Amino acid sequence: MTDTAAHAPAATADHGHATATGISNTKLAMWVYLGSDCLLFGSLISTYLLLRHRSTLGPGPKDVFDIPFTSVSSFVLLMSSLTMALAVASITRGDLQRNRAWLATTAMLGGVFIGGQVYEFTTFYREGLGYTTNIFGSAFYTLTGFHGIHVSVGIVMLMSLLVMSIRGSLGPERAEAVEIVGLYWHFVDIVWIIIFTVVYLIP
Amino acid sequence: MAIVERPSDVLALPPGGLVTHSPLGVFARPRAKTGWRAWVSTVDHKRIGIMYGVSALFFLVIGGVEALLIRAQLAAPDQKLLSADLYNQVFTMHGITMIFLVVMPMGAAFMNYMIPLQIGARDVAFPRLNALSFWTFLVGGIFLNSSWFLGGGADGGWFAYAPQTGVIFSPSHGMDFYAIGLQITGIASLVGGVNLVVTVLNLRAPGMTLMRMPVFTWMSLVTQVLLVFAMPVISVALFLLTFDRLFDANFFNVAQGADPLLWEHLFWIFGHPEVYILILPAFGIVSEIIPVFSRKPIFGYPFMVFSGIAIGFMGWGVWAHHMFASGLGPISVAAFSVSTMFIAVPTGVKILNWMATLWGGKITFSTPLLFSVGLVAMFTIGGLSGVTHAVAPADTQQTDTYYIVAHFHYVIFGGALFGFLGGFYFWWPKVFGYVLNDKLGKVHFWLTLVGFNLTFGPMHILGLQGMSRRIPTYRDGYGFNLWNAVATVGAFVIALSVLVFFVNIVRSKRQAPSLPPPGPDPWDARSLEWSIPSPTPDHNFDDDPVVTQLDDFWHRKYGEDEQGRMVPIATAEEIAMPGDPSRSHLPAPSYWPIVLSLAFPLIGYGLIFNLAIAAVGGAVLLGGMVGWALEPPDDEDLPPHGHDDHDDDGTAAAEPEAVATQEEVTAGD
Repeated sequence: MTDTAAHAPAATADHGHATATGISNTKLAMWVYLGSDCLLFGSLISTYLLLRHRSTLGPGPKDVFDIPFTSVSSFVLLMSSLTMALAVASITRGDLQRNRAWLATTAMLGGVFIGGQVYEFTTFYREGLGYTTNIFGSAFYTLTGFHGIHVSVGIVMLMSLLVMSIRGSLGPERAEAVEIVGLYWHFVDIVWIIIFTVVYLIP
Repeated sequence: MAIVERPSDVLALPPGGLVTHSPLGVFARPRAKTGWRAWVSTVDHKRIGIMYGVSALFFLVIGGVEALLIRAQLAAPDQKLLSADLYNQVFTMHGITMIFLVVMPMGAAFMNYMIPLQIGARDVAFPRLNALSFWTFLVGGIFLNSSWFLGGGADGGWFAYAPQTGVIFSPSHGMDFYAIGLQITGIASLVGGVNLVVTVLNLRAPGMTLMRMPVFTWMSLVTQVLLVFAMPVISVALFLLTFDRLFDANFFNVAQGADPLLWEHLFWIFGHPEVYILILPAFGIVSEIIPVFSRKPIFGYPFMVFSGIAIGFMGWGVWAHHMFASGLGPISVAAFSVSTMFIAVPTGVKILNWMATLWGGKITFSTPLLFSVGLVAMFTIGGLSGVTHAVAPADTQQTDTYYIVAHFHYVIFGGALFGFLGGFYFWWPKVFGYVLNDKLGKVHFWLTLVGFNLTFGPMHILGLQGMSRRIPTYRDGYGFNLWNAVATVGAFVIALSVLVFFVNIVRSKRQAPSLPPPGPDPWDARSLEWSIPSPTPDHNFDDDPVVTQLDDFWHRKYGEDEQGRMVPIATAEEIAMPGDPSRSHLPAPSYWPIVLSLAFPLIGYGLIFNLAIAAVGGAVLLGGMVGWALEPPDDEDLPPHGHDDHDDDGTAAAEPEAVATQEEVTAGD
């Protein structure tokens, strides 16, 4: 607050340089949005938990799930959180070369995860679990599909950062942009840990 | 609008980096200051607030006509004015319109206009997102109402209990319009919620600590937090319903083993916070009006704030009281019964604090205060009947009767709408520079009060007599005739009162030139918005105000003499605008918000009728986001000095980072 007051005559207080909380507008907006997204996934996961054992006909979770396969793709997604953190660390240091490498790696790992999900969906479909087959199918595809869309949006964000970096408009002074995308990315990963546990691991 | 013509321009990144200073081409910022272009491209929170208000009043007329149709149908037994099917559509659309397209945007109108002024800011945190919220709300409302011309309106009640709203029981497209239309207005609410939460937390003027904020800003903050957390829940419910109806999913397919309670839970987990989203802004408005017209500070400011926060928290723990008749089991029913009684406590705190503020004050019964006192009285009645629903055994008798209809009209009309009407009279001079006629205002108030009680008071009796909600007609000899006739008369009195309000607006505007201008502070008020000229100048404040205490503006006007008596030390005119406005810089207008918002109804129509239309909508959405991101910074004419356009589209994609980056590069700081 005192800092803000000192700068007040220069008309900067409402220009994002010094906010009343000290957190930038964009970062605070991302936090608020992620709070909102918690409720989105909370509702979807609750719906899945309520419905998963209510199907009157098969196939059910036990018939289709391939736990080892999904474990590997989950591991890939978790590793992408590590590379995301490295991307943030490198741009904070001003190491743009490494930053680009880690951004690309993160996007690639995310892509591998999405590829795994596409493979999983097609396999399940071939094994007889369509979107409209039974309640489990509707609930499963909707929940994991929403998560997949979130990861895809994250990949688009990472690719945009990468393009900006290559064009020279993502310097260390913009480290916060990477950090904000990182917040989103970690959030999506944490949601996957919950989904993987609740949907795949708990019988 | 330009996207379809010039896709290649939009999609191509400008060579050699993202910085484009040229004011030419598709990326140029619109420059118009007047005329319809200025309104369509505005990102000014004041203009957006006014547009929210105008749209809400427009939808109020539509929802009001629907209400009159309902009352005309029920005026006497065995009427055949509306068929049963049409009656279902009319009461459903009446509810949806009044809740989502009247009360919510009316609150948004006040919040958009007043929050930045009350906290001493020049705009909201993300001006373009603010415009996007408004346009998305408007196209969503038009989309919902377009269903009348495309096969009939929604017919499953505003809470749309699935599986009753599945394709089997509701085969028209009405419920599709409901599900997708509310999804669209939900996007508007979510974006607006994120924006206003950040605005209140981040853009407060120096010295404006949280506990120095006016109560209206506080209640708006609570409302927006509720919106941010409640909207995704209804979004999920609407997604499930949409997927069931359009893609044959099985979420509500009971034949496949689905649980009909799923929808009820999801809907009411959203739905109960929603009623506080409707009422809290009006509580905030009343908390501004009562101190001004009693010439006393608000009684127990921290209690007012914390009771509002408490309502916001406890609002999440009472939803199942809407479902007492659905067989939840005794433990759930008892728990929700108790929590519902508890939530009456912070509400009671507010009522008592308003009365304590009035107590011993120098009261002026102008129209704003009349509506505020009207709110306190009417909301108390509605609150008391609400407590009777909390008693589960009584509720099983009342549920689905007109007693419930009476209750929620007393809290939403008698609460929220009374507060908003008071707010219109209170802030009208600040927004438009002329005062609404007080005599006509009093006529308006008394007509509203009498009409309101004539309409909804008798519904208590009808409900306890056993008249069900949502029935298109009733037989002669049930004993319902008299009170239904009275209610219908009351409804037309309310319609007359709305007419008086519109007449007052026009007449006061015409008489304004012959009257002295209201000046910055016509009511001798307390908060910062009254320390600047009326109507508000474009840049709001010449200099950032520096705040030292609660009701800072009041304390700059009044001091104490040796005996401790209150004496005026400065007039509002002396305080208003001492500085030099040339230093303030405002975000430039943009067409992208309206372009982007048009994508949503296109996608909606496409999902219902033809996927090709949805593809066009998707293209508009993508192009709009790219255009939004690549729009140049807005101050080519000025020495660049910072981020004026703090836009970030956290909900959509990465493009916003591009915006920020451009600004950074341009600004070079």
